[in-house]
Amino acid sequence: MGENLKRVMVIGGGIAGIQASLDLAERGIVVELIEKNACIGGRMAQLDKTFPTNDCSICILAPKLAECFRHPNITLHTLSEIKNLSGQPGNFNVKIFKKARYVKEDECINCGVCIEKCPMRVDDEFDMKLRKRRAIYIDYVQGVPSIMTIDRENCLFFTKDACRICEKVCEREAIDFDQKDEEFELNVGSIIVATGYDIFEPTSLGSLGYGRYLNVVTALEFERLICASGPLGGHLKRPSDKNEPKKLAFINCVGSRDIKNNPYCSSCCCMYTTKEAMIAYEHDNEIETSIFYIDLRAAGKGFREYIQRGENDYAITYIKGKVAKILEDDQKNPLIFYEDINTSQVKQLKYDLVVLATPMVPKKDAGELAKILGIKIDDYNFFKANSYHPQKSSKEGIFLCGACREPMDIPTSVIDASGAAAKAAEIVMRG
Amino acid sequence: MSDDDIRIGVFVCHCGTNIGGVLDISELTEYSKTLPNVVYSADNLYTCSEVGLSEIRENIKEHDLNRVIVASCSPRTHEPLFRSTCQEAGLNPYLFEMVNIRDQDSWVHMKEPEKGTEKAKDLIRMGVYKAALLESLEKMQVGVIPSAIVIGGGIAGMNAALNLANQNFKVSLIEKDSELGGLLRHLNKVYPTNEDASIILETRNLVENHKKIDLYKSAVIEKIEGYVGNFKVIILQNKKTLEIEAGAIIVATGAKALSPEGYYNYNGKTIISQLELEGILKENKINTNNITMIQCVGCRNEERKYCSNICCMTALKNAILIKEQNPDANVNIIFRDIQTQGVTYEEYYRRAREMGILFIKYLPEKPPIIKKDRIEVYNEFMNQVIGIPYDLVVLSMPLIANEDSEQLAKMLKVPLEENNFFLEAHVKLRPVDFATDGIFVCGSAHWPADISESISQSNAAASRASTIISKEMLEVEGSTAEVNTDLCVGCEACIKICPYSAISKDEETDTVVVNKVVCKGCGVCGASCPHNAITIHHFTSDQIIAEIVTYGGGE
Repeated sequence: MGENLKRVMVIGGGIAGIQASLDLAERGIVVELIEKNACIGGRMAQLDKTFPTNDCSICILAPKLAECFRHPNITLHTLSEIKNLSGQPGNFNVKIFKKARYVKEDECINCGVCIEKCPMRVDDEFDMKLRKRRAIYIDYVQGVPSIMTIDRENCLFFTKDACRICEKVCEREAIDFDQKDEEFELNVGSIIVATGYDIFEPTSLGSLGYGRYLNVVTALEFERLICASGPLGGHLKRPSDKNEPKKLAFINCVGSRDIKNNPYCSSCCCMYTTKEAMIAYEHDNEIETSIFYIDLRAAGKGFREYIQRGENDYAITYIKGKVAKILEDDQKNPLIFYEDINTSQVKQLKYDLVVLATPMVPKKDAGELAKILGIKIDDYNFFKANSYHPQKSSKEGIFLCGACREPMDIPTSVIDASGAAAKAAEIVMRG
Repeated sequence: MSDDDIRIGVFVCHCGTNIGGVLDISELTEYSKTLPNVVYSADNLYTCSEVGLSEIRENIKEHDLNRVIVASCSPRTHEPLFRSTCQEAGLNPYLFEMVNIRDQDSWVHMKEPEKGTEKAKDLIRMGVYKAALLESLEKMQVGVIPSAIVIGGGIAGMNAALNLANQNFKVSLIEKDSELGGLLRHLNKVYPTNEDASIILETRNLVENHKKIDLYKSAVIEKIEGYVGNFKVIILQNKKTLEIEAGAIIVATGAKALSPEGYYNYNGKTIISQLELEGILKENKINTNNITMIQCVGCRNEERKYCSNICCMTALKNAILIKEQNPDANVNIIFRDIQTQGVTYEEYYRRAREMGILFIKYLPEKPPIIKKDRIEVYNEFMNQVIGIPYDLVVLSMPLIANEDSEQLAKMLKVPLEENNFFLEAHVKLRPVDFATDGIFVCGSAHWPADISESISQSNAAASRASTIISKEMLEVEGSTAEVNTDLCVGCEACIKICPYSAISKDEETDTVVVNKVVCKGCGVCGASCPHNAITIHHFTSDQIIAEIVTYGGGE
């Protein structure tokens, strides 16, 4: 066995990957942080607030983003993905594919002039397609690295060989259409996988009307709708008529704990629907909320008390029962049909806005990454973790943290991340 | 230094269009030049770009600046950068002052640019008046003892010790019992694999035989002294007093099961606790056909509001084991909400249902009643009371905090939450840290945790501890609190309020002392001192008053 490299690769720059990187870097271990997107931050950056403290999500995340960027032991590789792995624990060789940004990382200073002048309008993925962005853009205002990216699929120069306005208006000459995708190799002693999750797409559940009824949205869409930096500037309105909703319904377990879709429990929906209802109430005290649930899962520290607070102080009513279907009246108000547990009768309730708590699902490309890394996945495509040492993957030297191994909330991801850092340190610092 | 010696440079940042698009930057630059002690003022498109930073460095030299102000964004993100830029040019970093004219001005006054510009003038003037009074401060360096102390030898503590030892750190593991293993010793099988607990317990051998781990069994902690990087724990073992030193401490003292005495006619024979059932199953002595388990006994009530996290899975495990042994047994679980988050645990729950284990939900206002030959429970779904015959009733008792956690918390000067579990620094982003640097928590001492959770947390705590003990030296904040002992009357108001336990009483002089290594300069002690005896360097009363006075138009 060759040299034991005191260098760790972290794949994924969400809260888990960030925490793992910061711990290792502070431990004196060099970190190569690989992020597929143009900015780190992941899902947590999209959230408005976080339970059970109701802290503003980006406000507590942003200092960590900055720290990650500034830390001398961390090298950030954005727009990058893993292509190949060889070697063994202590000395892995990883091939990275880095997409061209078409913006010089050292020159762009995020002044925003190019964004103003770009003529293209494209669905903004960060805002769950609830508004448009330009073809040159930054994922979100606090994004790190705080520089622009050109989206090759939509930029007029790449699609029609035209425009180049951003190049003309950039005072720092940071635009570089000649940049090429590149491949490079890194040698590391250990690898931490922290690639996070996707959100279940509820259009397939026809009976709930998502995609058909404007006033039925997903929970992550709701986060953006109510967020001060979101498309509505933090003034909650319902999509159909921009009226302020007064009666909200949240439906838990939409597409989870459901044999036909995802049999597993997504772990944090009971808590985040309560949180979203609380925030809505804080915006407007006239809002009343119903939360439909199967079991209320709130086993974490202070979680049960949080649910109690929702019930007592935030006009939330918890209704045990499975929702059968949603229809819409002529005012576009969603009508929820559910089975009342006491009478076993199907009842109907009218709401202004319905929010579907859709579960975390594995990343689309999780299977592919598992193949490249040579690690096992479970029946659903989550990376398979050891039952009692959950940071351990099926392969020595490769560790897992966060929702890529199982749905989990932020504190559990942070614990998992620090835990994975400790395991990786064990490999690279062993005597 | 007389007033004449103060030479302030003001750099006003456009921040692209963030500030420049709203405020009149050239007006602000010109205005700055009219302020006392300002000898140079300029604007930059981006002060934080390399161009902007080199301008700061060059002008410090060219104009002999001894104070630098950047009027731009938030110190939270950019103060470290500007401070180090000043330092590179030979200026003490504490002679830098940041004025936030973006987050607190251009962003919030986007629609009233003239008023925004006037406000920016006020903010810059306040910064200039404060800057004149800034003093050079030094960051202290302290040595670090490159080892850790783990308190508690259950699965969490053992695993934390092992991880650090495997990273080549010396670890002292302190256990109050005569053997390692904690609660795990009393378990039969472990979920979700249903393998013998003894397999997990083999960790003990690894710990006992690790040459980097010093084991102190049957040891009682007498006293804890010191601070991050330099802790000293005094223990009593075999009537001998020992002193152990370490750079970091991990608390892994676990929890214990609530006693079932007094709940649901508990008798220890036909009505037993889940932990007692583990013992029976371990001995393979189960011979009854009608078994009913009751969840949330003694918790999720007025006295104990919390959910104990591990009882649903424990009940499922034992129910499955009974069913596997005797498929004809009638096993019921009377529950409130089944807590099986995630993939594996939910699968486990599904498996239990498929095996024919019956789940009956009860309402807290209508709890089950144990009669002589049956349990009566109101079933919401059927809207009637149903009777369940039983041979054995098993009560799921919550984990509660150990009695001695209060004493340990006092010695460590860390807080407990209302149920006496240890309270972390931040539930979201610092789940295993205490607010006090260098002390960490994991396992059920923090909150009821199962084996996999305890191991995750213990790895996390080990990682956090390693970020401290891997360093030779720690650099500590220069802007800390200082006590004027002539004014201090020893009232201890500051000691009680300090979130970092940085202040202690000097009994000899009857005044208080600030430990500069632990102090973060947050300032709450200064604000709470009734005698103005505490100065917070970099935020002195003089500096703050100068800002307020000039804001109000005074000199």
